[in-house]
Amino acid sequence: METVKINDIACNDLPWKVVYDTERCTMCGSCVAACTFGAIKPKVERRRKAFSDTNTPEPKINFAATPVISQSNALNNYCRGCGVCERVCPNNAIRSERNPDSRFNVVYQSTTASGPKRGGRNNLEVQMRTLDTLRVGRISQMTDPSLDAQRHSFDCLAPLGRILPADKLPLTLMPGGELVQNGHTPPVRWIYPVIIGDMSIGALSWRMWEAVAMAVAYLNEECGLPVRMCSGEGGMPVRLLKSKYLKYMILQIASGHFGWNRIIKAMPHMVEDPAGVLIKIGQGAKPGDGGLLMAAKVASHIQAIRGVPKADLLSPPNHQGLYSIEESVQKMFLSFNAAFGFRVPVAIKTAASATSVSVFNNLVRDPYNIVGGYFIDGIDGGTGAAHDISLDHTGHPVVSKLRDCYLAAVAQGRQGQIPLWAAGGLGKTGNLAADAFKMFCLGANGVFSGKLILQIAGCVGNDNGRCNACNTGLCPAGITTQDPTLVRRLNPEKVAENLVNYFLGMDQELRKLMAPIGNSSLPVGRSDCLVSTNKEVADRLQVQYVC
Amino acid sequence: MCRIGAIKSLNYVHPSRALQLMNSQQKGHDNSGFAVVMQDLGGVFKDYKEFPTISLACTDEGLKAAEAILDAIGFRQVFEWVPKTTRKPGMDIQALPNYVFRTFDYPENFKNASKREKEDLLTNTRLKIRTVMEPNEAGFVYSFWPDVVTLKEIGDPRDIGTFFGLWEADESFTAKVITTQCRQNTNYAIVRYAAHPFFLQGYTALANGENTFYQKNKEFQASLNPAYRGFESDSQCFLYTLHYMHRELGWPLNYYKHIITPLPFDEVQERPDRDQLFAIRQSLAHLEINGPNTIIGTLPDHTMFVCCDAKKLRPIVVGHTADTVVLSSEVCGINEILPERNWEQDIYPNEREIVVIGNNLEVQRWKQ
Repeated sequence: METVKINDIACNDLPWKVVYDTERCTMCGSCVAACTFGAIKPKVERRRKAFSDTNTPEPKINFAATPVISQSNALNNYCRGCGVCERVCPNNAIRSERNPDSRFNVVYQSTTASGPKRGGRNNLEVQMRTLDTLRVGRISQMTDPSLDAQRHSFDCLAPLGRILPADKLPLTLMPGGELVQNGHTPPVRWIYPVIIGDMSIGALSWRMWEAVAMAVAYLNEECGLPVRMCSGEGGMPVRLLKSKYLKYMILQIASGHFGWNRIIKAMPHMVEDPAGVLIKIGQGAKPGDGGLLMAAKVASHIQAIRGVPKADLLSPPNHQGLYSIEESVQKMFLSFNAAFGFRVPVAIKTAASATSVSVFNNLVRDPYNIVGGYFIDGIDGGTGAAHDISLDHTGHPVVSKLRDCYLAAVAQGRQGQIPLWAAGGLGKTGNLAADAFKMFCLGANGVFSGKLILQIAGCVGNDNGRCNACNTGLCPAGITTQDPTLVRRLNPEKVAENLVNYFLGMDQELRKLMAPIGNSSLPVGRSDCLVSTNKEVADRLQVQYVC
Repeated sequence: MCRIGAIKSLNYVHPSRALQLMNSQQKGHDNSGFAVVMQDLGGVFKDYKEFPTISLACTDEGLKAAEAILDAIGFRQVFEWVPKTTRKPGMDIQALPNYVFRTFDYPENFKNASKREKEDLLTNTRLKIRTVMEPNEAGFVYSFWPDVVTLKEIGDPRDIGTFFGLWEADESFTAKVITTQCRQNTNYAIVRYAAHPFFLQGYTALANGENTFYQKNKEFQASLNPAYRGFESDSQCFLYTLHYMHRELGWPLNYYKHIITPLPFDEVQERPDRDQLFAIRQSLAHLEINGPNTIIGTLPDHTMFVCCDAKKLRPIVVGHTADTVVLSSEVCGINEILPERNWEQDIYPNEREIVVIGNNLEVQRWKQ
């Protein structure tokens, strides 16, 4: 017996085990070629085979060197369970299987002196989602007829921008009985209530980012849905900045200020204003932790856009130099408002946290009328890469936080003045319309979603630890990688088509939900039409409890 | 669905006409109460148009409490009208012991006060009385305003009519503007306050229908004005929005429709006044009204109007003769009291207009 080296990593220590059937395998090599992680490799094993070449069994033993596919037991090549090998195998000879006995969290740290990092999915969320305990319970029938989702008209738009209270509107009553506007009001854009969440051009492959931008342009120009897309941190291609499509983009400035040099330089050449500016203070899935763009993903075009060397890029958790709400309001909002001539709404995004309501309360008292929206992101969101520990253990679910913010506005009679946008795990089950609708009823003006967009594009990751390797630059779907070979796996036209179709379907579903409650405009704050089958949820969110 | 009606006339009209208007429409839950707001009063109140009249239904303790408050503030009673009530066995009515309609002169120290100050005094006094009477349901104070009388009761409208002696028309109790409803609310607990029409500072509103934005209307209105309280019925929101827009913001009536049923975004985009309409829509998004309803309203100058929800889901008809205009949720009501009119000239208001009846009874249709 060989000496056991007990501290060596074995495949059984890893989260996924590759199950391989030599009998079925024809050694075509597809799986090995397709595995982006190098988790499987061909090798030769000495195999003993009993055979008989006579009419009556006379077993003989043959030893032969047989080529097989084997799983790598190296920590930097561990299997992510993405299942691409199974997808490409013509003979069903290989697949990955979850390893319930994995010692990964222990061995990884013991070996590398660093915590594991991965793409943004919270893997501990096993209980039923709050939103799934809610139902749209007020179905109008006799007293307040439901509408016809196909025939009636609906106004599915949400505001982005600071909204003045009616008594502060610069309106003058003319002798003819008409109100005439005689002063500046903050810019407000009425847009589709579902924004494509902020995913940077560094995080996504250029094909993926282009596909999303293409889908957004198509939705706006061909389908009449004014969907907006947030650029994410990291700037934008100059050609896009100078194009008419900029009006569909919300420019994000995050704590790394990546890409803003270029944006500012492009300003004199812009033919359109952007849809908005979003100042990202924090992200729900990794509050207190910056986004990580590993050097492997910092391709030459990313270096050019961001003006950085090929190195790991960390967006700091907070804007360095902004240590209070007042500072952020004064410095950033004023400067960004001023930069675009006070024509572009500027909103702020933070992670949902125990202090979200304090932040929101500060914002609604904004005396400059320049806070164009408050975006809250919950722990279930996040597409970016981060440390395991942040993804799984820090953050705050978004539903109750959104509700708290809305009710805080109600208590002050200021609801709607700072539009509330929420995200974080919306569309996690694939049905964004239902989640969005429930969030509206709880007080959100609109929602945004990022991860679902990746799913629509063909992302194979899930919340049970499958794949989630967005940080590695080895995305097997070509979505979050800058490797030209892998990016070619993605068909941008097909992704754009999927996205457009999803939005069209979702739009119809939103109407299907608005119709039964008899609403022809978004049911913002209509908590009376929600019921919950969970008493605690009902009490917490102040909606009706049903059983 | 509620049945609602309103009468506006050049002559003084007795509330028996309002009863007849509603009686022909009786069905379902409708006969669970009767409520009427009379403005521009005639009869015994004709000589007291400048003085505020309190409309109160209460117990003996409630009356004492109300009197104490009015005395303490310094209101001096100048007139009282006591309805002759008739109690017969078997009547379906939950009558209270006292129905108080008293007219007062303003306190001495308000002699030189501005109109606005006097109006605020009246409202604050009414709210004070309401607060005192509320805990043990000692009474209900519906209005305290010059030239206005409000009567609300629970029970069968026919019996309520008999109880107050309203079936027989006479010259003593009349008005030129009468708004009425024959029902108590059905979606919330029965509270006397919940019956339409609702009145606040010269504004009256009543509706047949459902306000599906009740929750968000209410949450917003509650912080706008201390007088916006109660919210016993989803239709009260219509009144508060009217009051807020017209009195607090000082906007003309034609903007009411733009607030409660804003035009679709693409239509606004085409309008020359789009900037104002967008500003109004976004600032007052929480006052929007969704759901099926027709709203009848009266302004302090007695201008009457009617408008419908954005999809015209509830009925209303306007019929008129030379000296009277009648609004009714069903045409049979108008047939009952204006049988001689030319029904071909009846107006069925559409979803994008306000029909306005001025004081000379000219009927105008304003496009939203």
